[in-house]
Amino acid sequence: MSDMDRMDEEKCLIRSPRVLDLTDKNGYLCSRILADLGADVIKIEKPGGDSDRSIGPFYQSTPNRDRSLFWFAYNANKRGITLKIDSDEGKQILKTLAGKADFIIESFPPGYMNELGLGYSNLRRINPRIIYTSITPFGQTGPYKEFKASDLVVMAMSGLLYMTGRPGEAPLRISFPQSFLLAAAHAAAASMIAYFCRETTGGGQHVDVSAQECVLWEISNAIPSWNLNQKALKRAGSYMSGRWADIKQKLLWKCRDGYVVFYILSGGFGVKTNRGMVAWLQEEGLATKLLADVDWTVFDMSKQTQERQEQMEAPIAELFSRHTKAELYREALKRKIMLCPVSTPRDICENTQLRARNFWVEVDHPEIPAQIAYPGPFAKLSETPLAMAKRAPLPGEHNLEIYEKELTFSKRDLALLHQSGII
Amino acid sequence: MDLAEKVFEGIHIVDFGWAIAGPLSLKYLADYGATVICIESLQRPDLLRISAPFKDGVSNINRAGYFSYFAANKYSVSLDLNKDAAKEIARKLVARADIVGDSHRPGVLEKWGLDYDELSKIKPDIILIRSSNQGLTGPAAMQPGLGNHINGLGGIVNLVGMPDEEPICPMVAYTDYCIPHFAASVLIGALDYRRKTGKGQLIDLSQFEAGLQLIAPLLLDYSTNGVEAKANGNSCEYAAPHGVYRCKGEDQWCAITVFSDDEWQAMCKVMGKPEWTKNGKFSTLPGRKRNETELNHLVEQWTSQYKPEHVMMLLQNEGVAAGAVLNAQDLCNDVQLKERECFWSGDHKELGMFSYLGQPSRLSQTPAKLYRDAPSLGEHNEYICLEILGMSEDEYAQCAIEGVFGQCPDESMQKEQHSKT
Repeated sequence: MSDMDRMDEEKCLIRSPRVLDLTDKNGYLCSRILADLGADVIKIEKPGGDSDRSIGPFYQSTPNRDRSLFWFAYNANKRGITLKIDSDEGKQILKTLAGKADFIIESFPPGYMNELGLGYSNLRRINPRIIYTSITPFGQTGPYKEFKASDLVVMAMSGLLYMTGRPGEAPLRISFPQSFLLAAAHAAAASMIAYFCRETTGGGQHVDVSAQECVLWEISNAIPSWNLNQKALKRAGSYMSGRWADIKQKLLWKCRDGYVVFYILSGGFGVKTNRGMVAWLQEEGLATKLLADVDWTVFDMSKQTQERQEQMEAPIAELFSRHTKAELYREALKRKIMLCPVSTPRDICENTQLRARNFWVEVDHPEIPAQIAYPGPFAKLSETPLAMAKRAPLPGEHNLEIYEKELTFSKRDLALLHQSGII
Repeated sequence: MDLAEKVFEGIHIVDFGWAIAGPLSLKYLADYGATVICIESLQRPDLLRISAPFKDGVSNINRAGYFSYFAANKYSVSLDLNKDAAKEIARKLVARADIVGDSHRPGVLEKWGLDYDELSKIKPDIILIRSSNQGLTGPAAMQPGLGNHINGLGGIVNLVGMPDEEPICPMVAYTDYCIPHFAASVLIGALDYRRKTGKGQLIDLSQFEAGLQLIAPLLLDYSTNGVEAKANGNSCEYAAPHGVYRCKGEDQWCAITVFSDDEWQAMCKVMGKPEWTKNGKFSTLPGRKRNETELNHLVEQWTSQYKPEHVMMLLQNEGVAAGAVLNAQDLCNDVQLKERECFWSGDHKELGMFSYLGQPSRLSQTPAKLYRDAPSLGEHNEYICLEILGMSEDEYAQCAIEGVFGQCPDESMQKEQHSKT
């Protein structure tokens, strides 16, 4: 390692632990997070490249396995090699790599890696310090462990789906699949717990992540509502219902060119924002006597009637309908009112707060060629800034680095492995 | 190999956080054995302490189930941080802490004289994590708000709804539950870094920014192609059927997703190969996509004859991804979650037998567990002051008289206090 590398390493939160990433789309984000923290992540693809390189959207909107924006986003900051892990030679090579690795992250169906002889129980014998993380829809155990699942199925079976959508109509998911991103993000945190444990006491372990349980966190007021009050909270369209009050509180409001999120808050926390809203209404000549007379310091949503709630909401709806979401947001920032626009991707890319914080990071894609603005690190650290994004690997891009330089395979060995479809 | 029972044994955390994202981030450490002391306020209790559900429906700060979910395995000290003696107690706790957590709006810690510069004078290697809606800097940093607002700002609301209709604003504060995964990863990394270098640091985590990681490909799609992603119901470009279908019973649904033609054939078999499935227009994915509205209607005719669990089992047995839409009641009785001991049984002073939410993963050697029930507000004042900080009984009594731990105000006084903050 050169002195330069060493200096860079000093500034990393975690000092280049080696991660072998065997995941598909359901796990990419896990090792992306570890890479951002400073891990040396090797994405292992099957020869020719992962099937999930075919997930859109694509650069220039043209399907191309080397230009998947999904692949770009979640595999940045990693190196990449190809390896057929279900071949005899492939297994041996993976075991060699595992001997020197700190983490293995995989998202195969439960049991698959054991069948290959590459499960945790196999690899811990080679490397007792290995942290072996498995990301699956329902976990490694239990009656559903073999179930086939997609994002929509996990969303259904974790309760978030039931809580989202209009009453009486089919529940709705978030249109960009989320459940396995949450599972992968959780898997990064859980793997870090195992890593900290290993760094302090020495041993590795198996981390068994259930996507169902990860999404379950999202409805953590619905579960105690059932347990304590035998009340199953229901979706209510764009209204809050059953949290502070049984009445419906409007969350989504139409404005001139789109929508904003706002709601009248109960209790001490809402005093300033509610007063700010009434003052704004007064300036625009829209404040009703009802609103102007409310003493927000004693306003209690649990005592509100639906009729009175709607009377209070009507002038607010009128105010919003007169303005664009940008105008409304500007005023909300000025007046410290809790209101946000319903942003489209364009709004987010143009957002001034993100720009002021230098959130976007230009990443060089010399093969395209293009500079692409990526969402920047997920946190700002004063001592060890998270890694800047390095574009995702091409299939087998780092085969030579790993197989020749590190594992000292000869050129002839490599040619043979290549010809026989192992790498 | 024997590993320590508690991964974070001996790690001390002072938690000024409140309302979901902050406390949930530290739940990660508390559930694996860190000592987490929540600094709370009697005058201004955590938003979740005043949110339903309450035991027996009786509103009370110590009977809030939602709050308890995030407070298990933690201690509670109540302090009126407007008082100097209270600040002094907070500073003493910080002096023996490894991590300080905060999720207030930027400016609040500063007001208390407990921002990073001050804390690092008390404890030079302290790690301070501040999770806020939009970060500590920038023109929008000071805007107050909750997770529901970030759902809008962060692009989630834009992605829920039927095509070309008004979006649906979920009532769940979505990003509040996403961000703790990121926060915990970086926090544990910082703890490891400190162990190896002796250096602490400030972590500025914006809920808005971290949440964007979950829609990153869509942002790249706009920045490179100018394409703006929109809500698309429950459909998926490369699968059909792909939706949520009405089943027998009130508000009963089953999600079904068919990606390949083989899966489609398996589904036809399960449905008993009714005549319409033999129509060639449904035999390939492009055909099913072209005729998706009709297809969904026909599938729903089949599903509506059965309970969702029945539809799910029939399809799963043939290798088709299907899942009953479960509500809270179903989840509390779910066989999978039960077998995996997803919920932890506690015996809470006020809630009685209470079922806590555990950690969503299992560490084979050092599992997370319930060490202690969620605390009442200020439950550990005496313990922390006398046993941990070594205060004398007289000093403690004097603090109590001076209202250092907050006054237990009657409701009207409590409301008045709120108005001042």
